[in-house]
Amino acid sequence: MIRRLSNFLYLRPTVFLVLMLALPVFWLGVVYFGSLVSLLINSFFYLDDFSGIIVRQFSLRSYSGLFTAANLDIFQRTASMAALVTLMCALLAFPLAYYMARVAGKRLKALLYLSVMLPLWSSYLVRVYSWKLILAKEGIISWLFKTLGMTWLLEGVLNIPVIGGPSLSISSIGIFVVFVYVWLPYMVLPIQAALERVPISLMEASGDLGAKPSQTFRKVTLPLVFPGVVAGSIFTFSLTLGDFIVPTVLGNSSFFIGQAVLSHQGTSGNIPLAAAMTTVPMLIMGIYLTVARKLGAFEAL
Amino acid sequence: MSNRRPSRILSLSTLMVVLFLNLPVWIIGLYAFTTDEAAFSFPLPGFTTRWFGVAFNRTDFWDAFGLSVRVASIATVLALILGTLAAAAVFRSKFFGREAVSFLMVLPIALPGIVTGIALRSAIGLMELPFSFWTIIVGHATFCVVVVYNNVIARFRRTSWSLVEASMDLGANGFQTFRYVILPQLSTALLAGGMLAFALSFDEVIVTTFTAGQQSTLPIWIFSQLTRPRDRPVTNVVALFVILLTAVPILLANRLTEAGEQDLGK
Repeated sequence: MIRRLSNFLYLRPTVFLVLMLALPVFWLGVVYFGSLVSLLINSFFYLDDFSGIIVRQFSLRSYSGLFTAANLDIFQRTASMAALVTLMCALLAFPLAYYMARVAGKRLKALLYLSVMLPLWSSYLVRVYSWKLILAKEGIISWLFKTLGMTWLLEGVLNIPVIGGPSLSISSIGIFVVFVYVWLPYMVLPIQAALERVPISLMEASGDLGAKPSQTFRKVTLPLVFPGVVAGSIFTFSLTLGDFIVPTVLGNSSFFIGQAVLSHQGTSGNIPLAAAMTTVPMLIMGIYLTVARKLGAFEAL
Repeated sequence: MSNRRPSRILSLSTLMVVLFLNLPVWIIGLYAFTTDEAAFSFPLPGFTTRWFGVAFNRTDFWDAFGLSVRVASIATVLALILGTLAAAAVFRSKFFGREAVSFLMVLPIALPGIVTGIALRSAIGLMELPFSFWTIIVGHATFCVVVVYNNVIARFRRTSWSLVEASMDLGANGFQTFRYVILPQLSTALLAGGMLAFALSFDEVIVTTFTAGQQSTLPIWIFSQLTRPRDRPVTNVVALFVILLTAVPILLANRLTEAGEQDLGK
């Protein structure tokens, strides 16, 4: 019986393939992709302001509701935060990735690899929480500034409008630092992988031909590693765009896209508007991915 | 490659970045022992282990923990089945839509988490389903599949198919070949993928916020403590507990896959 079934499947690879694919394709194609479609459908409904009931009729009302000054402010705030976080992550990731790929011996490399992996996979919420402790008004950073006699500097920075706030743990600087911290591993890994693929001989040739190390870095290494940087930036950018945890924990009342989506679907029950709003990060990511593809980032993933 | 001496700036900046990545977690370990109840003062006013006992007796914590463990277990089992099947199909045969399948696999993690969350939320809304244990599972299994898929397909690429052919030539049927040849080869990849999927599910908060309704998984419990801090000392202890708990599977998975060889990226 078993043998006959096994032969039957072996002789009919198409049947076998369909059997294997049925479940995963059902799950991702119907359940998940179907949900994405329902998101799109929902975004064309609208919430009736008087009755508070969702009207299931085709309308662009939810989309036109996006273009308020407050919402544009949210989009701009989120996108510029994502850009700044990405830039900072690239700057910080580079030395570590370079050290891992080019300098460290086998043992040290494994250790460094683990020091990137552990934060990447350990609890994201707890890692955000740790910064709530560090940045608190009475916490370590304040203590450091006090010990160094530089409290005036910290206060000065916190007094700057937009980026400052009552304490580091309720400020845009805080949000920025925590975003950089939580997404940094996503940048280190692709850059390191890209660096591993740059042949040493190229760098030696560049040196032999008279380039100074800084010139070799700028003219040979950097262009070859750039797709890796772009690959990493896809993660840091997309993750920042869609996050509502960090700005909720460390922010004030100026919302980010994720928080706005959450509050529309939650407290006001306006799922259509929330759905329309998620098209904004998807649109931004779409543009970003198109540019990234041009820059050759997908080969580096 | 270690023959070249790194410049001092490079070594120093590497050290700084490694510390930046790892020190904050150690701070959690420190604060779990603080006597401070109302604030996060540093230096700590005193040391105590009494919060461990307090946290241990909190039923809301244990309820959230239990829910998270149940969700992660079932999501992991689903992800193992779906991910392995998809990986086998994509690896074994060339078929129309193969690219689409592998694209579909990564979509849940390529899109911002909030998109997946609100998408499932709007599907639940359209179908007028009540929130339940299973609505959480659906969300979690969706983004866990890719972790298993990545690990298994990487393993398939490294194992030679001739072993399977040899097994068949020697008279084993398809199921025997699967049981005695394919499965042993996949076992560590499945174990690593499964543990990572478990860790991913155990920690997920963004999608869960949209699919959980009033239920509280451990991350949602922690998140509510973060936004409305009521029991700081208990939260500190729970945070330490979670870090220790997740470190074990990560270290094990790292062992199983050997550094650098495997795509552990989420």
